[in-house]
Amino acid sequence: MTELSNLCLLLVILVNFFALGSSRLGACIHAVALQGAVLALLPLATHGLSVHTLLLAAGALALKGILIPWLLLRAIREVRIRREMEPLIGFVPTLLLGALATAGAFIFADLLPLIDAHQGGLFIPTSLATLFAGFLLLISRRKAITQVVGYLILENGIFIFGILLAEAMPLMVEAGVLLDLLVAVFVMGIVLDQINREFSTLDTEQLSALKE
Amino acid sequence: MMLAALILLPLALVPVAWLAPWYRVRSWLLPLAGTIHLLLVVLALGNVPDAAPGEWIGLDPLSRLVLLVASPLYLGCALYAVDYLEMRRERGNRTMVPCLLLFLSALSMAAMSRHLGLMWLALETTTLASAPLIYFNRNRLSIEATWKYLLICSVGIALAMLGLLFFAYAALRGGVPVSLLLSDLLAAGPVLSRPWLHAGFVLLLVGFGTKMGLAPLHAWKPDAYGEAPGLVGALLAGGLTSLAFLAVLRTMQVMAAAGAQGVARPLLLGLGLLSLLLAALFMMRQGDFKRMLAYSSIEHMGLLAVGVGIGGLATFGALLHMINNSLAKGCLFLSAGNIHRAFASKRLADVRGALVALPFSGALFLTAFLAVTGTPPFGIFLSEFTILRGIFGAGQLWVGLAVLVLLATVFIGMGASVLAVSQGEPTERDLAFTDRFLLVAPPLLLLLAVLFLGLYIPESLRLLLEQAQALVEGGT
Repeated sequence: MTELSNLCLLLVILVNFFALGSSRLGACIHAVALQGAVLALLPLATHGLSVHTLLLAAGALALKGILIPWLLLRAIREVRIRREMEPLIGFVPTLLLGALATAGAFIFADLLPLIDAHQGGLFIPTSLATLFAGFLLLISRRKAITQVVGYLILENGIFIFGILLAEAMPLMVEAGVLLDLLVAVFVMGIVLDQINREFSTLDTEQLSALKE
Repeated sequence: MMLAALILLPLALVPVAWLAPWYRVRSWLLPLAGTIHLLLVVLALGNVPDAAPGEWIGLDPLSRLVLLVASPLYLGCALYAVDYLEMRRERGNRTMVPCLLLFLSALSMAAMSRHLGLMWLALETTTLASAPLIYFNRNRLSIEATWKYLLICSVGIALAMLGLLFFAYAALRGGVPVSLLLSDLLAAGPVLSRPWLHAGFVLLLVGFGTKMGLAPLHAWKPDAYGEAPGLVGALLAGGLTSLAFLAVLRTMQVMAAAGAQGVARPLLLGLGLLSLLLAALFMMRQGDFKRMLAYSSIEHMGLLAVGVGIGGLATFGALLHMINNSLAKGCLFLSAGNIHRAFASKRLADVRGALVALPFSGALFLTAFLAVTGTPPFGIFLSEFTILRGIFGAGQLWVGLAVLVLLATVFIGMGASVLAVSQGEPTERDLAFTDRFLLVAPPLLLLLAVLFLGLYIPESLRLLLEQAQALVEGGT
């Protein structure tokens, strides 16, 4: 089972890089959907089959893998935006930063005081690297929709860490967290639509009237 | 049972509010929910014992304090909302009322949850429920404010979730069963693994600090408070910030149980002082009186952080200050909302002579300014004085002096703007808006409550504050 989860985690890292380097919004959203679906396998791969892990996996697959990407895809279809133009930090520099951060995460995770079972595993470095990739996407892109994708990747990073601590998050809380994520993206989708109607673009550069 | 009703009752009214076809009925659901909530809170405070270990929902002195302040504030805002929504029929209330009800439900849950994961969930729900409220005016500026609010607070609270997981890992590494129940974490305090605990605290402080609006994590605050309707601003500045402060206090409880207060306090103190400094600077040349209120909120959040960062008597003062600040902010935002409505502007350049044009709202705004900047005999004077006594008593002379200077700066900066708004000849002669009973009575009552707390603190409240302080400082 460890091989399976390691494979999943490596896939997650690959998706991070794809999202950082791609300028096509549709491809980015599909990548996040893939990442969500892969994450749904992780609880099963690490903790084995049980009611808790099955429900968690089903919930993650339904929301992170299907429903949320569908919401986002619908949003970009309506606003007819395909590409991220002129990011604040270019695609190559963000990729490089992402690579550095991923390497850093692996080195850093080795220094952390982990319990023996987690020593040398891929979980913690992947979680940190994904977290950072999401953050990078969030701050380096202008299109509001890419920022939502960044937020989702960041949440995925935290989700990976949470899988290690399945006991800490009882099913009810975990379900609530997923539901909140869905509602958050739903509300963001509505705001996206309003931004587009009002400004005829999803460029967050336009959102700069409020300042001192 | 009674506690469950506090959460479920407003929640049950959400679909009712959404489906009800009558505009006035929908509006009146808010005071209905608020009144029942307040009655239940008063009953629960007297009759429900403190939570036993292992319970997910329950009361302790801290949650009692927060409920005690949030519930009357909510009722005040709910009453105000009736006439406000009547005045703004063109905007509709089919989004506003359900969102406000959901906000009340999440607020009760956040105040009473004893499981940190559940508390996180409730806090995130308050963010989501309030985002559509900020967007009430549906213009470019409010979209921008809503987007910043949603994104910054969502990312902040996501980091807080990571912090919670770090706390859980600290327990795992410490060799005790993993649990995010507050009672379990407190019991496991001494064996929690230090590195994870410290890292978790920093993340939690960043996450909940974002919701509180502590500098430098406050970027969303002036925008959101500036663009949201007055009553939403009142709920955010008085209610939501108190909840976020409660969340910070919960993490302080865990830190105290682990004996790691020495790590936590300087961080809080630093953020608090930075917030005070930043608020004082931006208050000086503020051309927009609603944004000015946001900086006032940042200032008071800073004071709370400084109080808890010093500890002892200052923590007691900070808890008292939380109550006073919420009530005063309620009055300030509601009366500012009236002035904004009447002059159809919140720029200082456009608004003059509020005292003449709106005798009641203008006077309330001016008095609430005096109250909020710590003029005696209002309650805030007392709580700021207590915090300062705590700071000097702890031997932190320079911190105390810095706080004094910054408070004075805030007074001058805010005073200049408030006087400009309220004095002089009105710029507009015939205003469409006039003071109405329900738009003036709630802020007046909130202000009277602040005044009352400045003159007399009931024995039971003092006891509750002392118990709450003991909890934060690691007692039982």
